[in-house]
Amino acid sequence: MPTTRPDNPVLPDQPPTPDRRRDCDEACDRRAFLKRGARVVGASVATVVLFDLMELEQMAEASGVVTQPVGAAPAGGYDWTKHQYIYLIDLRKCIGCGSCVRACSRENDVPAGHFRTWVERYEISRTGETMIESPNGGLDGFEPVVTGEDIAKAFFFPKLCCHCTHTPCVQLCPVGASYRTLDGVVLVDETRCIGCGYCVQGCPYGSRFIHPETHTASKCTLCYHRITRGLATACVEACPVGARRLGNAKKVGDEVAEIIATQRVQVLQPELLTEPNCYYLGLTMEAR
Amino acid sequence: MGEYGGYLFPNDLHILWGLMIVMYPYVTGLVAGAFILSSLYHVFNRDELRPIGRLSLVASLGFLLAAPLTLLLHLGHPERGINAMITPNLSSAMAMFGFIYAGYLALLVFEIWLVHRVDIIMLAARSQGIKRSFYKLLALGVYDVSKEAKAVDHRVLIVLAAIGIPGAALLHGYVGFIFGAVKANPWWSTPLMPIVFLCSAIVSGIAMVIILYQIGMKFSGRGIDAPCMQSLARWLWLFVILTVSMELLEIMTLAYEAAEEWQVIGPLLTNQLAFSFIGIQLVLGAMIPIILLGIVVLMSPYLTDQIRNTLCFVSSLLLLMQVFAMRWNVVIGGQTFSKSLRGYREAHKPELFEKEGIALAIVVFVIPLVFIILFNRVLPLFERAEKETPDATGAEPC
Repeated sequence: MPTTRPDNPVLPDQPPTPDRRRDCDEACDRRAFLKRGARVVGASVATVVLFDLMELEQMAEASGVVTQPVGAAPAGGYDWTKHQYIYLIDLRKCIGCGSCVRACSRENDVPAGHFRTWVERYEISRTGETMIESPNGGLDGFEPVVTGEDIAKAFFFPKLCCHCTHTPCVQLCPVGASYRTLDGVVLVDETRCIGCGYCVQGCPYGSRFIHPETHTASKCTLCYHRITRGLATACVEACPVGARRLGNAKKVGDEVAEIIATQRVQVLQPELLTEPNCYYLGLTMEAR
Repeated sequence: MGEYGGYLFPNDLHILWGLMIVMYPYVTGLVAGAFILSSLYHVFNRDELRPIGRLSLVASLGFLLAAPLTLLLHLGHPERGINAMITPNLSSAMAMFGFIYAGYLALLVFEIWLVHRVDIIMLAARSQGIKRSFYKLLALGVYDVSKEAKAVDHRVLIVLAAIGIPGAALLHGYVGFIFGAVKANPWWSTPLMPIVFLCSAIVSGIAMVIILYQIGMKFSGRGIDAPCMQSLARWLWLFVILTVSMELLEIMTLAYEAAEEWQVIGPLLTNQLAFSFIGIQLVLGAMIPIILLGIVVLMSPYLTDQIRNTLCFVSSLLLLMQVFAMRWNVVIGGQTFSKSLRGYREAHKPELFEKEGIALAIVVFVIPLVFIILFNRVLPLFERAEKETPDATGAEPC
């Protein structure tokens, strides 16, 4: 986003000294020409910048986000300095209906065969054998299953981008197309992404993919277009049992923040020190 | 899916980095290897390597010119590739490629120009018309071939080559770092990765130069210099042993520790990568050349030139295959298992005709060879110029 306008070229405008007057005609002509040229270029640049800014403003209005510099006071709309998003999944509540996956797919136009969120089913036998599946990412829910094993423990395991604080994807992106917003959401700028796939390789959770049509990295945006308007994410909205919840760590008395602070929550692969902001209640050691 | 040990994350179904990303470290490895070999002559004064001094430098440039093609063919948006240099994210290992590449290219071109400077001036003096203008253009307006000027050339050359060695190490060690620094992937994430990449790069570079030198001599009807071949074999043997030792140490450590990652890597090496890892990278491509080169190095007095040349040629071909297999096993192997560490993808089979297919990979590999042939037409790589060097005034083409 252009924030400063380029300076117009500054030309020397001192009058010519007497001994230089010989070649004044030529010099003046050149100077006048350069001055005129500079004005034309300056005016064009200013116009382009102005139109650019207007366009940005329109885009911002359309998306409901008020653009503001980092740390600025709220300008009537959404203030990202007052938000720090946290996500909580209660594994004891999830029923594996797949509503969240369907809602996400519809809301974000996720290409078939790729997932911004998905649900896994874990079945763990008494002898520790672990069976995991996620047919079509859980989009169509799960068929009842009959196994020969003596199942001791079974649960559904929803996943999405963990929006890590120290995320490898942002660190690895060679052009800065992957970035983390001030309110804690990891996003991809599709217009900058070169489609190298380094971030996809670097994500330990498998939550990124290369979009088959745009050929750029794609991932969960935490429904940034919704949450910045005060709405819940599509997956949270769709969950019939309240297994998925979105919170704001900066809000005093936030219920999700309270649970994370006071209860036994866990994150995925904590040993990698990516500091995920997606927390789980009821995670067991077999889950990865 | 659904079976024990066979669970892949839903987004992990396809191999994302294909043949071109295998070619990328392979080609840059040839660059670094050939350059380091040329430095043995230019900096460390290994005079027996004089016959391949120029060839190895120009081969290095040829492969360097082809290297970005592999990346451009891979990128989803190659037209934005330059952004990695215009708006680089400085915390990204990958963003450094453009800068390291550009710096290295400049250094290599300058060094090659210096090495060929006297030849260029002589060729300009000898030729007529457009050819003369062309060589004069290449001479960049400097026609001094006096002893003092040549001494200065030599000193600058040593400095350039001395910068070039860490440069080559950086270029290729860095490619290893790109993989070694991905903590999400236990098959990649090891500090040994840059060193293994670098050593195997030197192996591939020497092997490539041996093959090009032997073919070049065959076609030009000259004899292969025996001390040079013997020396190449010795260096090659040393670096193969180093490379394979480190590759094995890495595996042995993983296997002995038997931590979580070995549960997925162990079966990977014996099943999905059995052919390319055990078959080629360890047995056909490493054990056999180590034995053959061992014969060349240890039994040198008993060998005829022809046997030595044949043993070196065969070993070099096998080692070129070994290094390619190593790149394949790293790049493709690292993506063959899911990040769930609980399942494997289908074996990766590149198509013949696709953006990252076999045909284009061959084109990328052939471009440097064509470059070397064309370069040899313009500036001969195998001639010893000193004998014919006229004095400074005689060389003045103007």
